[in-house]
Amino acid sequence: MTITAGAELHFQKLNEAVRESRDTEITVDNCLGQRYIGAGLSGKTVTINGTPGNALGAYLDGAEIVVHGNAQDAMGDTMNAGSIVVYGNGGDAVGYAMRGGRIFIRGNAGYRVGIHMKAYKENKPVIVIGGRCGSFLGEYQAGGIIAVLGLGGEERPIVGNFCGTGMHGGEIYLRTDKLPPLLPKQVRAEKLDGIDGGEIADILRDYCKQFGLDEKEVLGHAFYKLTPDSENQYHRMYTNN
Amino acid sequence: MDMFIYPEYEVVRNPDLCIGCRVCERQCANEVHHYDFDLKKMVADSTKCVNCHRCVCLCPTHALKIVKSQDTYKTNANWENQTINEVYRQAATGGVLLSSMGNPKPFPIYWDKILLNASQVTNPPIDPLREPMETTVYLGRQKCEVVRDGSGKLKNTLAPQLKLNMPIMFSAMSYGSISYNAHEALARAATELGTYYNTGEGGLHKDFYQYGPNTIVQVASGRFGVFKDYLDTGAAIEIKMGQGAKPGIGGHLPGKKISADVSATRMIPQGVDAISPAPHHDIYSIEDLRQLIYSLKESTAYKKPVIVKVAAVHNVAAIASGIARSGADIIAIDGFRGGTGAAPTRIRDNVGIPIELALASVDSRLREEGIRDNVSIVVGGSIRSSADVVKAIALGADACYIATAAVLAMGCHLCRTCNVGKCNWGIATQVPELVKRLNPDVAAERLVNLVTAWNHEIQEIMGGMGINSIEALRGNRLMLRGVGLNETELKILGIRHAGESL
Repeated sequence: MTITAGAELHFQKLNEAVRESRDTEITVDNCLGQRYIGAGLSGKTVTINGTPGNALGAYLDGAEIVVHGNAQDAMGDTMNAGSIVVYGNGGDAVGYAMRGGRIFIRGNAGYRVGIHMKAYKENKPVIVIGGRCGSFLGEYQAGGIIAVLGLGGEERPIVGNFCGTGMHGGEIYLRTDKLPPLLPKQVRAEKLDGIDGGEIADILRDYCKQFGLDEKEVLGHAFYKLTPDSENQYHRMYTNN
Repeated sequence: MDMFIYPEYEVVRNPDLCIGCRVCERQCANEVHHYDFDLKKMVADSTKCVNCHRCVCLCPTHALKIVKSQDTYKTNANWENQTINEVYRQAATGGVLLSSMGNPKPFPIYWDKILLNASQVTNPPIDPLREPMETTVYLGRQKCEVVRDGSGKLKNTLAPQLKLNMPIMFSAMSYGSISYNAHEALARAATELGTYYNTGEGGLHKDFYQYGPNTIVQVASGRFGVFKDYLDTGAAIEIKMGQGAKPGIGGHLPGKKISADVSATRMIPQGVDAISPAPHHDIYSIEDLRQLIYSLKESTAYKKPVIVKVAAVHNVAAIASGIARSGADIIAIDGFRGGTGAAPTRIRDNVGIPIELALASVDSRLREEGIRDNVSIVVGGSIRSSADVVKAIALGADACYIATAAVLAMGCHLCRTCNVGKCNWGIATQVPELVKRLNPDVAAERLVNLVTAWNHEIQEIMGGMGINSIEALRGNRLMLRGVGLNETELKILGIRHAGESL
């Protein structure tokens, strides 16, 4: 099924059509900022041409979304399973509290990417950003994997300030030679000469395949791996009264 | 320097009655009691006692009582014992003081300064035992457009509603902060009563999905256990922006309380701290709130009302006005005496405002702006009796949330040490041996008893006023009079002083 969105189609009508459609392959053409596309969706593939609005794929539960264009804020909020692939850029708070599935963004993303992302049993959420992203990457991260590749140059740091503030689980991989500024002290940084194995290698190979990138160039570069300091960080703050 | 702090309460054992059966020893998770084989008698260490009364209730010969300790520092109206002890505790540890349950400080309780009206001579009272008395309440957006189909018939454009048999619901307490058995009791009681309980922010245990039609599922900043099935299962979705006991503060469930079952329900790893950030980091404005509301409505196909819960703070009326325009169906306001499983003492005791004032100002503001019908108002923190419920409704609430009263009904003795996780009554704990002390059958029955009794009392009070429907009581502030309140308080509450006629 193909839906032509345009400026007139209200998000409620568009989303109802996506929800109610019997087709499992849905294309949305000329998308112009309609919000909440694919909220809670499972069992379908939605291809979006244009610019979807905020909260794309919120609570996504297994559906696959591909965006040929830029996505906006709060994409993949509390996403449980499925995938979102964006050929352009993503906005702020990508993958807020995401618990499973994958988000691949070819371009850049905004602030607070992967905030409060968490893993649970077989669910391990993944976000890969091809370009740069803003401050507070992985804030309160409790699980899962975030990678920022900095493709397209390192004149500026590939992530903003306060990366990993409040992080208490999961891993962040930054493809860079320079440690990002103002790292909080509960985050541990380890330099890697390149990625040669493990889960992150599989993820990055899939990413390269998705966007037609050279694996060697992407994986062979230096990375910083950030993890939370394993000491339990907060419980000592309190005194029973 | 090890500063000894004399216990606030002492265990007193009547040696003539004690038979040395050691029930108290087995029942106390704090290890207060033990049998001394040299002395051949039971002894107690009062320094460990939290005054939960478990031993007092279970002693077969009633040989035990807990009394307030006579020990005191040199009397000082400014530096009271508790204030001094708090300084000692912080000087010893460097920690932020952590407390449980609602604000215990002697702030005014406006419910107790408001009196209800009754009919005399004209507009006679109604006997609820003989005449129908309607306490059913519908919560949700009441305003709707009149739309007709082609044949001129009215289309149903009413937003989804929650139907309550009485204007009382059980408010949010997460699985994690309270036990599995406590959650089961609340779920079953709500189902039997025809009202709702609230999951809190800890997700919904798979065993309790069967109670979905009487469950309000909560979405908080940590999004624990939030996924499609959870949202679909609840009768309504509540966005938690704040909590009366700790406005502006997030939640923090320590890793040691994340048991296998709690971990499965929250969908987080076992033993890892569960942190709810203070703000929703995607909500910095009413427009952002609207976005979360609509993402929830979209993912559940507009089938259920969305509640936005906020703490009663200074600007609550303006905040509520924004929420009423954001697409929310129900606003829940939590007063500063509301309970909690754990909150920083200073926040709990000093932040927020009384629910009575918050409710009155919100209801007035929404009426002035002509948007009162956009939303229903639910209030909590703290509603202690049917009289409080009646006064809240007359001040403008549609329904009340109760939680402290509900845990009391299940056996809580308000010892206010939930944060320690060793609740001897099996309520605020995840320790299996303690949890199994709470029999969900008995606890559910006691909850049903409590709410049923309150509902009878509400009918009795309404009948006395000559009102036979709770709808006619809502916002009916002429039924209220203040005693001992100053002009500002009366103005905010929108009521006259006792003795003033119309």
